[in-house]
Amino acid sequence: MSRPSRPARPAGPTGTGPAGPVVSGRPAHPAGALRPRRSAGDLPRWGLYLPLALYLLFTLVPFYWMLLFALRPAGSTSLVPWPLTSEHFAKVWTERSFGTYFGNSVAVGACSLLMTTLVALAGGYALARFDFRAKRGFTLALLCSQFIPGALMLVPLFQIFAHLRMINSLGSVVVAETVFQLPLSMMLLSGFVKNVPYALEEAAWVDGCGRLRAFCAVVLPLLRPGLVAVGSFAFVHSWNHFLFALMFLSDQDKQTIPVGLNTLMGADSVDLGALAAGGVIAAVPVVVVFAFIQKWLVTGFSAGAVKG
Amino acid sequence: MAHAAAVPRKSPVPKPPPARARRSRTGAVPRRLPYLLIAPAGLLMLGFIAYPVLSVFYYSLRHHNPTKPWRNGFAGLGNFVTALTGDPQFLPTLGFSLRWVAAQVALQLLLGLGLALLVHQSFVGRAPARALVFSPWAVSGVLTSTIWLLLYNSQTGVTRYLADLGMGSYGTSWLSDTGTVFPAVVVAELWRGVPFFAILILADLQSVPRDLYEAAEVDGAGRLRRFLHITLPHLKDAIILSTLLRAVWEFNNVDLLYTLTGGGPAGETTTLPLRIASIAVDSHDFGYASALTTVAFVILLFGSLVYLRLSKFGGEAR
Repeated sequence: MSRPSRPARPAGPTGTGPAGPVVSGRPAHPAGALRPRRSAGDLPRWGLYLPLALYLLFTLVPFYWMLLFALRPAGSTSLVPWPLTSEHFAKVWTERSFGTYFGNSVAVGACSLLMTTLVALAGGYALARFDFRAKRGFTLALLCSQFIPGALMLVPLFQIFAHLRMINSLGSVVVAETVFQLPLSMMLLSGFVKNVPYALEEAAWVDGCGRLRAFCAVVLPLLRPGLVAVGSFAFVHSWNHFLFALMFLSDQDKQTIPVGLNTLMGADSVDLGALAAGGVIAAVPVVVVFAFIQKWLVTGFSAGAVKG
Repeated sequence: MAHAAAVPRKSPVPKPPPARARRSRTGAVPRRLPYLLIAPAGLLMLGFIAYPVLSVFYYSLRHHNPTKPWRNGFAGLGNFVTALTGDPQFLPTLGFSLRWVAAQVALQLLLGLGLALLVHQSFVGRAPARALVFSPWAVSGVLTSTIWLLLYNSQTGVTRYLADLGMGSYGTSWLSDTGTVFPAVVVAELWRGVPFFAILILADLQSVPRDLYEAAEVDGAGRLRRFLHITLPHLKDAIILSTLLRAVWEFNNVDLLYTLTGGGPAGETTTLPLRIASIAVDSHDFGYASALTTVAFVILLFGSLVYLRLSKFGGEAR
């Protein structure tokens, strides 16, 4: 540990002592000093790039396939999307009302993002900062809820929303998505809050801030990566989810994008070009969000629930 | 100037009392504050998770079918008996569910672990490579179905181009053949599922202390031994937890199979939740659907407990 600091002051006659052997050792075995380290530490280059290239191929070919079908004219079997055409996009956007679906999906995604983040932030803060009697039970309930499948809750949820007269309104989907996204979001956010030193908040109180103001001024800015991660998960989740929308929304003009895709797939003779164009429309927002959060993805998970 | 200097000198003296008053106020609040903070989440979960769960248990003991109201009433264990004796589809469905979960979790873990180890190495272009291989993580089940339907369709899918090369015949689809449908759907779900494992494992890989490897290297441990004795033990808890979460998730996964195969051909790819969904949607037999849901709960709960016990989660190692 102290090694790097020592060669930094080589001025003194004693200072050359520890640094000397390292420097003079190198010319003696020019290759030997480096080779064993490398072969033992890293994989050989081909052992890294070959499997990686194969996996990249497996990941990217399906995406390419979809773009190919969306961009080449109907009836073409060329493996290169040329000549380019926008006929499928125009058709899907207007004739198959993906324009409307897109708006609905954005509305549902934005609302559940806001609701999930706000509710989970409050709960996550409480779990991270306070000891209270119901804490253990509440945490246990959060964990247990991970085992409860949303798909199996369709029937009782339908009955509840029918009682609340929320069937066929986007609100029912927003609430359902939020509820099933909450437990994980809360666990993630409480992990992020724990990483913000309590002393920072206390310092703000001493300076005369109330608890809320201290939270907004000190904690909130430091939580930004966590909020971005949780908000993006919530958005992507509700953008992608399909069963709630399929079950709770019956009007054509209330449907969301995944339901629209399902309708296209379920048609007697599937219009593959239109389906591919619909798929690209469905993918774009998610890809944008993913590009935005992917560097936080790994750290977000390690800071949050998985590490407890 | 003299004025300005006097003000800051004066203020430090009277300041401590208000600060202390604030503190005691913030100290007094927490008794109710945490409950106020978790109230929204708690109420939402009570109303839309706990209550539905209880109502599923309740309906599982009843005959309840809006299209046949004259039969509604208490059923006792009748629905469960029907599942075991009177429903020829129940056991095959359960069998497929278990096969599906086993194949998905095992392959996703294996490939995810390999992928995480690969992108954990340092190499040129690592950041874009990570972004690309992780990207299907964000793709939905329905979109995955869309993409793989384009690949698997009988007219312009992969089989057509393979037939052009002299392999297989035209007009076939792997999805409509009972012999190929299982690997076909497994591969489609793997495409989306592997990044989940890779992301979780990579997050944990980054927390392995460097000096452990250096010490092992000094002791002459090879790459394989370092992996077996340092990396794997460190990853153990993350692997147990992520396989469990994934198993539950894949058991309950409906989106992909519902849209890609619809449970076909010939009911070959119908999982238990898919069957429940189709009972609820098509025949409206909510009582029976609830009973099957209860069975699914019990399997998940019991399976998870056994798994955690057998794998000694959180114990020793490391």
